[in-house]
Parts: sequence; C-alpha cells; structure tokens
Amino acid sequence: MSSEADVVKSGGSLAGLRSSGKPRTRANALKYEVATPKPWLVNTGRFAVFLIVLLIWEFGARTGLINAFFWSQPSDIARTWWAGVQTGAVWEDTMYTFRSTILGFLLGTAGGTLLGLSFWWSKYYARIFEPFVIMFEAMPKLALAPIIVLVFGIGIGSKIAMGFAITVVITTLTTYNGVRSVDRDLVRMVYSLGASRLQVFGKVIVPTAIPAMISALRINIGLALTGAIVGEYIGSERGLGRMIFYAGQTYEISLIWANIFNLSILSMLLYLLVGKLETMLLKGFTHQ
Amino acid sequence: MNSYKLELEDVSKTYRAADGSLVHALGPVTMRIPNHRFVSIVGPSGCGKSTLFNIISGLLDNSEGAIFVNSNRVDGLTGITGYMLQKDLLLPWRTILDNVILGLEIQGTPKREAKAKALPLLHKYGLKGFEHQYPAQLSGGMRQRAALLRTIMYDRDIILLDEPFGALDAQTRAMMQEWLLDLWDDFQKTILFVTHDMEEAIYLSDEVYIMTSRPGVIKRHLTINLPRPRKPQIVTTPEFTKLKEEALRTLSEETLKAYQQEAAV
Repeated sequence: MSSEADVVKSGGSLAGLRSSGKPRTRANALKYEVATPKPWLVNTGRFAVFLIVLLIWEFGARTGLINAFFWSQPSDIARTWWAGVQTGAVWEDTMYTFRSTILGFLLGTAGGTLLGLSFWWSKYYARIFEPFVIMFEAMPKLALAPIIVLVFGIGIGSKIAMGFAITVVITTLTTYNGVRSVDRDLVRMVYSLGASRLQVFGKVIVPTAIPAMISALRINIGLALTGAIVGEYIGSERGLGRMIFYAGQTYEISLIWANIFNLSILSMLLYLLVGKLETMLLKGFTHQ
Repeated sequence: MNSYKLELEDVSKTYRAADGSLVHALGPVTMRIPNHRFVSIVGPSGCGKSTLFNIISGLLDNSEGAIFVNSNRVDGLTGITGYMLQKDLLLPWRTILDNVILGLEIQGTPKREAKAKALPLLHKYGLKGFEHQYPAQLSGGMRQRAALLRTIMYDRDIILLDEPFGALDAQTRAMMQEWLLDLWDDFQKTILFVTHDMEEAIYLSDEVYIMTSRPGVIKRHLTINLPRPRKPQIVTTPEFTKLKEEALRTLSEETLKAYQQEAAV
C-alpha cells in the first residue's frame, strides 16, 4: 500500500517512463490494415501460382525429377481430358454424379428437416429417439457403403442412398437444435392468442428452425457429393468416382487426374449453386 | 347478477418442484374488477404476478379458486384475454403489419381482411411508415407499440400487460404511458397492468393492488380517485404524493420481507 502511494506521490518512475519512450506510431501506421487489395493484381497472382505449379510439374516430369508413371504430367492429363470431352464420356460421368448428388442431397435434407421438426411434437418421442440419432451420427456413414451398394445395387439408387444416409442425420440434429432454440415466451404469446398446437408449429416453430435448416444446405451438398463418389468407388456403372477408381486399378494416372479435375469443377459448381440458394433463402426468411 | 368484468375468487397456485416438494407460489387472491377499469398490480419480485397473469390468460391451471369473466367461469381457457409481456415478442420474420394481425390470423380471419382492419390503426397510433418494416429495424418503443396494437387487434375486453414498459428509457416510457391511456380510452378495454414502478401504477390506474412477497396475496387495495384526464405534472401534487408515500411504505415492508426470505435460503 505505502509503496504504491509513494510512487504516485513522487511521480518519479511514471514520469521517467513517459519521457524515455519515443513516439512509436506514425500517421500511416494503419496503412496495412485498411488497404484493400486490387482485384486484378490478386487474380493475376493467383493465375501465376497455378501456372508455376503446372510448369514445375511438367518440367520435373520431363527431366525425370518427378516420376511420371506415378504422378503423370499436365500435358498428358490435358490430352486425356480432351479425349474424354470429345467422346462425351466426361459429360456423361459428370452428369451421372451430379444427378446422384443432387437427389441424395434433396432427399437427405428434406428427410432430416422433417425428422428434426417432428421431434418437437412429443417430448417422449424425442427423448426415446435422440440417442439413436446421435449414435447414427457418430458412426462413419461411409463405412456403410458396401452394404448400401449390395442392397440398392450398382445403379444410381445406391449413390442416392449414400447421399441420403450421410446428410439426413446431420440435418435432423441441426433442425432439432433450431427447434429447441425457440423462444419459449414467443410460444407462450402465440398460445395466449388462442393458437392450436398446429398453429404454434406453423407460425413459430418452423420459421424459427429455418435459419438452421438453411445453414445445413452448404454442408449437405459437400457430404452428398462425398457419399455419391464413395458409392461409385464400391460399385457403379458410371460416374466420376467410378472412373477414378477404374483408372487407379489400371494405372492410368492421367485419367485419374482428368476426372479429379472434373470432380473439382462439379464440386465448385454445386457450392456456387447452393451458395446462391442460401443467400436467396436467407434474404427471404430472416430479417434480423 | 353483478356488473364485474373480471372476478378472481380465492385463486391460488401450488406446484411440485423438481425435488418433489410442494411450492406455494400464489394466493389465495380475490379481485373484483368492473368493466373499463385500469388496474395495476405492484409487488416485490417473485411474488407471483406473472403466475397470476398466466392463470388469468389460461396458459396455466390454477390449483384452487375460480375465475369469472362476465360471470362465466373461464379457468384454463386461453383466448379470453389479450396478453402482453415486457419483451415485445414480435416475430422477427414478419413485417410489423403481419405481426399486428397475428391474433386475427390465428382466429381464422382472412389475411387481406385483417390487414385492411389493421392499417388504419397502425396509422392512427403512430406506426405509419413502419407497416412493411421488420421488427429489427424499429426502436424499442416502436416495437412495444406494435406489440400492444397486436394485443388490441386481438380484440379481447380484458388486456393483461406484464411490465410492458419495463425495458424502455424514461422518456419513451412517459410517451408510451400517454399513448396507452389513449388506447385504453378509445377501445374501452379493461386493463390489468403489472409494474414495479409505483408512480407509474398510481398515475395510470383507477385501482392499485399491492401484493405480498411469495406466496403472493393481496396486501392492500388502493382506489385512486384522481380526476381524469391526468396530466403528467399530477405526480407532483400533494394528493398524488400522499398516495405514493402510503403505497411505497406498504411495498417496502414486503420487499424487505422478500429479501430476508431469499437471504435465509
């Protein structure tokens, strides 16, 4: 106590500190914090990085620094890809995977939403089924692929079932969490206006859960794609996953890369699509 | 029979707590409220005011006693009274107009008809220009207006207001009080008003009930015979001050008791 008071009274050490420090900040100290990067420069930079990686790869493969048998090389991959484009195989496989992904995504999201919402109806029903849902969520669904392909066959059905299995549980949990986050006073208020349980459900519970449901979309599209690809690995007539698996078995490394390229394009398109959908839905439903 | 709008006969509430013990939360409470009265209920925190409102509005069952509206027994029936809480509880995904018609919509009135009914009210009662905005775009006072209009639109003779202005700043609150008195007069409602603010209670009301700490029973019933319409300056007159002093003395005894109860636990 007394020593503190002494310091304050004399002001010695504090004053010393103040005079010894040189001014450290300049007027433009925040220059790097507030600057916005120029888009054209950023894009040029990105393209340059992409190009340099390809060039190093190609150069390495030609000089033998990189084993072209295992890694293939960009020129070879481009040729393989172009051949696929010309025969139309690329288009067919991509569309096949696209279809199974979208259908699995839609079914899984819709099914999960309905299940999640249904848990609101009865506390007993919710309590009884909750551990099973969580158990199923904890299980790696990809491990189910062999069974699913056995049951649903090597057609598109098994790919849709994979997409469904992998998205339905996470959507159920997300929606149920949304439902549970409902403001109880809001529910009380709507009841006080003489509402039936069904009206409370329609006017409060469903709208409350919508943001959670929307946030599930973006996750689900990636999951559904993964499900479809793994389904195609196990057994399929068509699809990008099947092509990649087949090319791996026959050591056609450039064909693997060409299909991975297609897969990346498909994946990006799907994300863009769902991103647009998400923005639209959010604008339409939430006004916080 | 008699001319009371709302009667509570020995209403009480006992519930079983999580640990199995019985908790006596409220009552017995008896009130007889004539038509078109403004009645305030003041009491220490946790005295069961909100429980009382939940029972009157039918959201909660009373353990004992009976509730009559227009001499008809209504215990456990919802949809008899309009109910508004401190939180505005507007649905954030609905515009103000859509929020205000919620009660009518639930009763099955077609939306278009409900909107046609609501628009003039929104215009008359200070929400012109806000009809198509969302709650998040409005100030607290404006949101409370919308919430109160929703209650009015629901068109019940009795309106329960549970600390409706509790979260507002003093100026907005004073404005809202005037606004509420206008509404009350225009629509000839019977209002039950819960507040912590004794001055607000006396200023607005015809009658003030002061409740004891838990289990809440009625400790005092004051009749406020100040002439209407009242001007805000009335709070400085000797008559008003005397009423307030008397009421506050009663209340502070109970608040102290409530505090000691809590400290003893």
